[in-house]
Amino acid sequence: MNDTRTQIPLVDYLVLGDEPHLVANECTSCSARFFNRRNACASCGGTEFTKADIDTAGEVRAFTIVAFAAPGVPVPFVAAKVDCGGTSVAGNLVDVEPDDQHVTLGMKVRLVTFPVGTDSAGTEAIGFGFAPADTNGDAA
Amino acid sequence: MSEDIWILGIHMTKFGKHADEDLVDLASEAALGALADGGVTMQQMGVLAAGSLMQANAGIGQQLQKQIGQTGIPVFNVANACATGATALRTAIMAVKAGECDMGLAVGVEKLSGAGLLSGGSRRPDSETWEPHGREGAVMATDGRIGTATMPGVFAQIGMEYGHRYGGTSFELFARISEKNHAHSTLNPLASYQKRFTLEQIMGDIMIAYPNTRPMCSANCDGAAAAVVISDSALKKLSLEQQRRAVKVSASVLTSDPWTEGCQVLPDVNTLTRNAATTAYEQAGVDPADLDLVELHDCFATAELVHYDNLMLCEEGGAVDFFESGAPWRDGRLPVNVSGGLQSKGHPIAATGIANIWEVCHHLRGEAGERQIPDAKVGLAHVIGLGSACGVHILEKSAA
Repeated sequence: MNDTRTQIPLVDYLVLGDEPHLVANECTSCSARFFNRRNACASCGGTEFTKADIDTAGEVRAFTIVAFAAPGVPVPFVAAKVDCGGTSVAGNLVDVEPDDQHVTLGMKVRLVTFPVGTDSAGTEAIGFGFAPADTNGDAA
Repeated sequence: MSEDIWILGIHMTKFGKHADEDLVDLASEAALGALADGGVTMQQMGVLAAGSLMQANAGIGQQLQKQIGQTGIPVFNVANACATGATALRTAIMAVKAGECDMGLAVGVEKLSGAGLLSGGSRRPDSETWEPHGREGAVMATDGRIGTATMPGVFAQIGMEYGHRYGGTSFELFARISEKNHAHSTLNPLASYQKRFTLEQIMGDIMIAYPNTRPMCSANCDGAAAAVVISDSALKKLSLEQQRRAVKVSASVLTSDPWTEGCQVLPDVNTLTRNAATTAYEQAGVDPADLDLVELHDCFATAELVHYDNLMLCEEGGAVDFFESGAPWRDGRLPVNVSGGLQSKGHPIAATGIANIWEVCHHLRGEAGERQIPDAKVGLAHVIGLGSACGVHILEKSAA
């Protein structure tokens, strides 16, 4: 990543910095976790939330290899539901061949971040995905 | 205890391309067909519930009235994703059950021929400068960047998640479920597609979202379905023939998705279906083992598998074994989707939740012709709309 540029996360629940990670709104009453702005807790109705850091290590619980998507969406790509220490996270699997020989249910993955675009002001948007846990380095 | 409710008349149009008919033509055909089937008229209806999801603000109920009868009755225009038809039916049933009227009409209609992806079919272009917006503070569209918004992709993950939890699934297994439904469709003249596919053809077709290839996805098409519901006391005043053909609504249940961990990451279509089924079996006093046929919401081949389990057609975790046993084939222990299901019959969204009731009624009345399930007495119809809403109806043959 280019540190001289201004960066902004793709979504506000992605925290950048030396150790990028996801952060959830956690209900202080029932501990339900959410990745969006809350009016109240969908589980218990509580209205107080605290920030909870999400494990960057995870395991693939479900995936699909999307071959047909909206114009402008590069295909194929792997969309997945990843269990990160008990919290479910949606994300793409990256740094892996998008086929059923390389992507498997239960595979261990880790959070990686990468630039997804630069706007007219030169600000770089940083997205996230999950790469196989046994690979090194930043995702392409 | 409120009194029993019956389906007095029911009709579905041919599903497929109806280039020369508009929404109201299709809705009229279904509604007039249901009224004629029940031997009653629009003037006898006390309530109308109608839905057309893609035209949800068009007031399809009143548009329909303007063609077939402006009688001044209350109209409920409903929209509940793919459960819109079941919601219309449930609304009419609730009105009759509440004693507001003796008879009601429910109609679902959709024109979807040629539609592509209904969700995730377009993505807004990136803006000039990144500005966080929406509930996740996204600076650009997230479809394709953080998972997928496409239905084939969402339901693919739902099937894969089941496979991860219980094992036994594979691309081929899901394709074989589709093979069954396409085989069933060959006996249904009202299906959009009546083509039998080999397993190789299904697996070798265009991949949409692994493991769902094109024939494993529900078919976009045009169609309508309508039902007339009636109270028990009003039915008893009608002819013996009408009473004989009436089908008892032993359970009518609508649920939404209760919060479960991860349900806002990947929709949990399981819990609300299981909840609806549990309530429906209790209401009807029926056990899954009593069912003679099931029409369930196979919007994708991967979805059918999980609903064997959710509807308790098998033991928990036993959906793969249930399929492998041959049970859901039309000559099996518990035939599932003998209509051909959404993959071949087609899925004109708002019509689907009444068309599946029509299929079950057809068998319970012994009028299903070539595809009749012999001696069918009890059936279940299920739909689910993402968001989510689930409708389950249990229907029983008249004893009259």
